[in-house]
Amino acid sequence: MDLLVVLSIEALRAVASLALISVGLAIIFGMMRVINLAHGEFLMLGGYAAIVATKAGINIWVSTLILAPLVVAIIGIIIERTVIRFLYGRPRDTMLATWGLSLFLVGITTTIFGNTTEGISAPAGSLQVGNYYIAAYSLIIVLIAIAVFAAIWAVFRFTRYGLIARSTMQNPEMAAALGVNPPAVYAATFGIGAGLAGLAGGVMAPITGIVPTIGAAYVAKAFITVIGGGPAVLAGTVSASVLFGAIDQIITYLSTPVIGEVALLAAAVILLRFMPQGVTGSFFRRAS
Amino acid sequence: MTAACNGTGGIVAAVIIGLALLVVVPLVVDPIFLIELTSYVILAILALSLGLIWGYGGILCFGQSAFFGIGAYAYAIAVINMGDSTIPLILSIVVPALFAALLGYFLFYARITDVYFGVITLTVTLILYKLMGTTSGSAYTIGNAAIGGYNGIPAIPPLNLPGSPTTFLSLDGLFYAAGLTLLAVYVGLRLMLKSRFGQVVVAIRENERRAELLGYDARFYKLAAFTIGGGIAGLAGCLFANWGMFISPDVFGLAQSAQVIIWVIVGGTGTLLGPIVGCFLVQWIATQLGTQQVLNANLVLGTILIGFVLLVPKGITPTVLDLIERTCQRRSYAKPLVEKRSVS
Amino acid sequence: MSAECVLETRGLEKRFGGVVAISSVDFNLKQRELRCLIGPNGAGKSTFFKMLTAQIKPTTGQILFEGVEITKAQPHQVSQLGIGIKNQVPDVFNNLTVRENISVAARSRHGKARAAAIASEVTERLGLTGLVGRLVGELAHGQRQWVELAMVVALEPKLILLDEPAAGMTADETNRTAELIREVNKTAAIVVVEHDMQFIKQIAHTVTVFHQGRVLVEDTMENIQGNELVREIYLGKADDD
Repeated sequence: MDLLVVLSIEALRAVASLALISVGLAIIFGMMRVINLAHGEFLMLGGYAAIVATKAGINIWVSTLILAPLVVAIIGIIIERTVIRFLYGRPRDTMLATWGLSLFLVGITTTIFGNTTEGISAPAGSLQVGNYYIAAYSLIIVLIAIAVFAAIWAVFRFTRYGLIARSTMQNPEMAAALGVNPPAVYAATFGIGAGLAGLAGGVMAPITGIVPTIGAAYVAKAFITVIGGGPAVLAGTVSASVLFGAIDQIITYLSTPVIGEVALLAAAVILLRFMPQGVTGSFFRRAS
Repeated sequence: MTAACNGTGGIVAAVIIGLALLVVVPLVVDPIFLIELTSYVILAILALSLGLIWGYGGILCFGQSAFFGIGAYAYAIAVINMGDSTIPLILSIVVPALFAALLGYFLFYARITDVYFGVITLTVTLILYKLMGTTSGSAYTIGNAAIGGYNGIPAIPPLNLPGSPTTFLSLDGLFYAAGLTLLAVYVGLRLMLKSRFGQVVVAIRENERRAELLGYDARFYKLAAFTIGGGIAGLAGCLFANWGMFISPDVFGLAQSAQVIIWVIVGGTGTLLGPIVGCFLVQWIATQLGTQQVLNANLVLGTILIGFVLLVPKGITPTVLDLIERTCQRRSYAKPLVEKRSVS
Repeated sequence: MSAECVLETRGLEKRFGGVVAISSVDFNLKQRELRCLIGPNGAGKSTFFKMLTAQIKPTTGQILFEGVEITKAQPHQVSQLGIGIKNQVPDVFNNLTVRENISVAARSRHGKARAAAIASEVTERLGLTGLVGRLVGELAHGQRQWVELAMVVALEPKLILLDEPAAGMTADETNRTAELIREVNKTAAIVVVEHDMQFIKQIAHTVTVFHQGRVLVEDTMENIQGNELVREIYLGKADDD
């Protein structure tokens, strides 16, 4: 019984982590049709922001939950204004440029921080479940994920920005005619996506530690989740996270984390082959 | 494209120039640099494989280094077990080609878009990197070959004359072998692109629906081109394992995958010369960067990639070729080009 | 069905979400028949063509080509069986030359030598000889229409579907198109979608009128022109132009 509780919490944590690291990518792709290959590096930058701020004496919750997303959102907006905006409507070139960006960001962080792993210890200690101990941070990640998804849903559903953003993505000319400034909306949306990646990077940093090349570890999982997701940004990300998080955890439990990831990819590719008209097929078709 | 510049005459000229370079270059360059140059030649074969499937097939493959790496590993594991390198050489082409065929079957027959294709192939490569990284320890040996995880496989035996494992290919010899292979692949691809198969592959890149309405199964042709590209990349991987006598999961890394893309975009898509030129140029720059400590290589490669996408999306070679073609046309037809717009 | 019949659809229907584009269409075409399809925009003619060539799948119903069911076939299989289509907008290979465009088409169903003969014959017949080395993307709209026609003819299909072949052509080009259609009709059945009534009169014997996704009436051109219903929905408007 205790073991079941522990395993359930671990599975929930896996699903929540997957959802957190993917949602920024899903928003930038789902809303803007931009495939951001530098997504992993946005997470990495969030991690560095959190660690540097914490080591500078700032409260760890402020560092991970406020500073990390804020810093990466600002970097995201700068990148959107200087690179991405020239490439709207050219999905191939956008992918290539964001890949260049990914290398560039790895290069620049290596130059600044060196190629060594930095870390901070996870806050909140551990909880006892019967004879087992689990990290309280696992539960906190689940709560953060729920809060983040609820907030995104509320923002797009109820705020003026949400309405403007959704209408701009549908029809930029019409939105412009109605007095909206599409470039500002694109920049803001890219910033939000980047900020969410930064948040995820900050939240994961105490668990994984951080190196300049850590983005590569996230990006594969995030892409698989977004691919499996479907046209609805939030519902898609959540459902794919549940599906793939469960597969990942089960296979990882039975063998190793790497085999778990291989199973995740294989599941996504096979899903694609036999459901090309399903959620995944219609999803990317619209992008082209 | 004019016949004078691009026909059979062009192929003959390419062979003559290629052979001449093979003879002259070892005589004039310093032996240390020749070793470096050999690696460029090998990587140029990898660049050509992507030049085929991306430039001519219109298939956006971000994981070409996966086939390169699989070819290298297939060769290394087989040759350590067999001694004689003939079958390992064949395996280094066949295994990655089969892998490409399997992956391509799932992706092309699902009719996913190119953007999606790029993401999946990249993901496959990243996961191969992790997978090979976990293979350290005695549990992961195939016959006599320990795969070695992130430490890789050292002391890989070089290629030998078929049936005579004691007649090794020296490092000098490898330059000639790699050069001849590059030339053969280049000429082979030129001929293939002139054939019905090649024409259909290009037609599908141009307009997939029209090609299907003319009776061609686009999925099959793309799969075939992708498989051929995978085999060529694997052959390059085999030569690369020979060059360093060593192979590690780094060949599957994000940086390696990005490099192949950068060679092709710098050199130019839609030509075969472009990827070769791009590879030599970018590798030379990377080597120069390696000798200094100020600028990080990733930083420079990333900047090059962003810069070319934004400013020179066609790459160097097509831009230069357009110029040559125009001069060439003026010579072959004396009449002024009133209506003819430049292709660029 | 009779052996005479080259194409038959039974209860063909296509819905896009709640919109019915084509509804219960039973269509019959004899070997070497020349048929015109007319009807106002949105009547479902292009959707019908796309279903016949497997570019979109019908919601229900069957399509038979020479007695063989092709409802679930792939576009390339339909083409291999002998259906060629010219789409409404020039659908060609822009970065290939005229020669390469026609050669790709000719080699689809023929060996090298036979394909070369067909290609040069078609090139000459359609008056494209002077343009063979040009990139198709550089040609004028009308010329690209001819290239696409040449590709369809070079396939040597048994059934040719032409979606507005004369659109954007000069009067002279339109006459040549009509002439070409009559000539190709000696060996193949042809279905033409057109709006140009003069053009239809030049070529058609039987006309099928589509309206709101259904076959409204099928008759000779004379009778169609006398049909009050058709006048109301379609010809009346066309005559005003």
